[in-house]
Amino acid sequence: MSKLITENHFSDADAFYAALTDVHRELSTADSERLNARLILLLANHIGDKQVLLEALDIAAQLEQ
Amino acid sequence: MVSPCTIRADCPQTVAEKMQKTYSNPIYPYRKSADQEAQQPVHHPVIIIGAGPCGMAAALDLAKQGQASIILDDNNTVSVGSRAICFSKRTLEIMDRYGCAQPMVEKGVTWQKGKVFFKQEKVYEFDLLPESGHKLPAFINLQQYYFEEYMVNQIAKEPLIDLRWMHKLVELDSSSEDNQLKVETEEGVYALSCDYLLVADGANSKIRTELGLESKGQVFQDRFLIADVVMKADFPTERWFWFDPEFHPNQSVLLHKQADDVWRIDFQLGWDADPEEEKQEAKIRPRIEAMLGKDVEFELEWASVYTFQCRKMDDFIHNRVIFMGDAAHQVSPFGARGANGGVQSVENLSWKLARVLKGQAPATLIESYNEERQHGAAENILNSTRATDFITPKNDISRVFRDETLRLAKHYPFARSLVNSGRLSMPCDYQHSSLITKSSALNTGFDAGIAPGFVCLDAPIRINGKDSWLLEQLGNRFVLLYNGEGIDNDELKALAAISDDLVLLDSRELEDKEGMLAERYCISGGQGYLIRPDQYVAAKFKQLNREQVNNALQRALGYQSAQENP
Repeated sequence: MSKLITENHFSDADAFYAALTDVHRELSTADSERLNARLILLLANHIGDKQVLLEALDIAAQLEQ
Repeated sequence: MVSPCTIRADCPQTVAEKMQKTYSNPIYPYRKSADQEAQQPVHHPVIIIGAGPCGMAAALDLAKQGQASIILDDNNTVSVGSRAICFSKRTLEIMDRYGCAQPMVEKGVTWQKGKVFFKQEKVYEFDLLPESGHKLPAFINLQQYYFEEYMVNQIAKEPLIDLRWMHKLVELDSSSEDNQLKVETEEGVYALSCDYLLVADGANSKIRTELGLESKGQVFQDRFLIADVVMKADFPTERWFWFDPEFHPNQSVLLHKQADDVWRIDFQLGWDADPEEEKQEAKIRPRIEAMLGKDVEFELEWASVYTFQCRKMDDFIHNRVIFMGDAAHQVSPFGARGANGGVQSVENLSWKLARVLKGQAPATLIESYNEERQHGAAENILNSTRATDFITPKNDISRVFRDETLRLAKHYPFARSLVNSGRLSMPCDYQHSSLITKSSALNTGFDAGIAPGFVCLDAPIRINGKDSWLLEQLGNRFVLLYNGEGIDNDELKALAAISDDLVLLDSRELEDKEGMLAERYCISGGQGYLIRPDQYVAAKFKQLNREQVNNALQRALGYQSAQENP
């Protein structure tokens, strides 16, 4: 039974996407990697639920899709 | 066959031959045994190989269950070097049952606080805040040689244990019903036989190799320097762990206090370090000076360079040869799960073996040692592997995650739960074991307290007008801890008659000094726990009756069909 929300759940999808790319705009690839790591850790804790996190990891790992 | 180096828990790869100033190893003399004069090989029920923490624990535990044993050790002293230094509450509770926890706690350093550093900054502090109402502390730090010495002293008081120093196993035939042994001494070779051979000859077990058995797992590509340093420094009695400190860049360092003002410092060196070079004092001193500052005076007490593995045998039992401790399962040092996990395995085996030898349980009960402790070993290996992977990131992105976790941890509490410098040893549970009577109609409605398959918790009590502890009333035999309110005398008599190996303990006879017994066990009238000789809950009952208690006891003794076919 899937628990990860894969339908649209954003309150403002365009604004989030713009903010995400903006925050990376001036960064080196190394710093972007650091930022992404911090972001993942913060969001993962906010979600908390192990099943949701594992489902997200599983989909994220399907790089060919 | 068993070299002096492998007889105990592990084999330090190299030891800087510094003389220890705070401790002199006792020398235990070789003594001739009457067995050496016998015309025929003398037979013993149990022979144990290796007088390290696990081998000695096995003998002490068996003695508590009324079972005699012989220990053979090819050396004449306790651990050379401090080695395992961190002993958990559960291990101390086991030692207390053997009668030797008190000197350990008195000599050991009790600690509960720690700090974690990243580069030059403190990231956070922690306090294990142990619960009150336990006889023994959460952890003590104590050099392994003291731990072993106190066990040797206790063994000297046990008439059921024959500890033979400088008796070296040189040949083993395990193919027949009885194990056939050849033992070498300075006066020549003699033969022995035994029903069960318990093997605790260390991580590089020669006996395991001779029998063609393997311990399988992961070798970590890293080297660590252990340095024991004597200093009168003002460091508090805390566990300090550095990730990537300026004084030792790109590696980790651990500082921890032991008895006698000896401080354990662990330097991660990386795989490319040359162990021969790193053990030299000229190489070690600058590392310590960089850490402590030039003006701190210290003396180097002992040093060793080591690598480690996380591995275990697929089956700890081979015919009537049973592997224990590091010979059976080995972990990285992070989390103090080696010696602690080993002693817990020994405790699991000993009561079962004693009952099989006395004919009180089927021989198959011993297989449950493998079942329950494979689970324990897997849990310990999982925890120690995860800690190792955090301490030594396996690739660049793992390192990015590790470093950002540490940076976030300084400001955001959630990230501290991800920081892993070792998850300290906790007793595992056996809730899925075939010996445990699981939650069912027996105990629905009695969910509070300790669940079946979990270890009993201590509580301060008074009994017969004397201050005591609950755990002192449990162990070495089965105990039915119950509340007799509303149980009639006939039922009590029937319960008491179930087995000589079962003692009834009415919780109303225990004065619950601080209310901990009620809080931790929640036993109302008619309810009870069946507690194994290793202080694990085998079953709990919401309304005691003879048949159910007997079924649970039979199941705990390995008569597996008992519950289905009473």
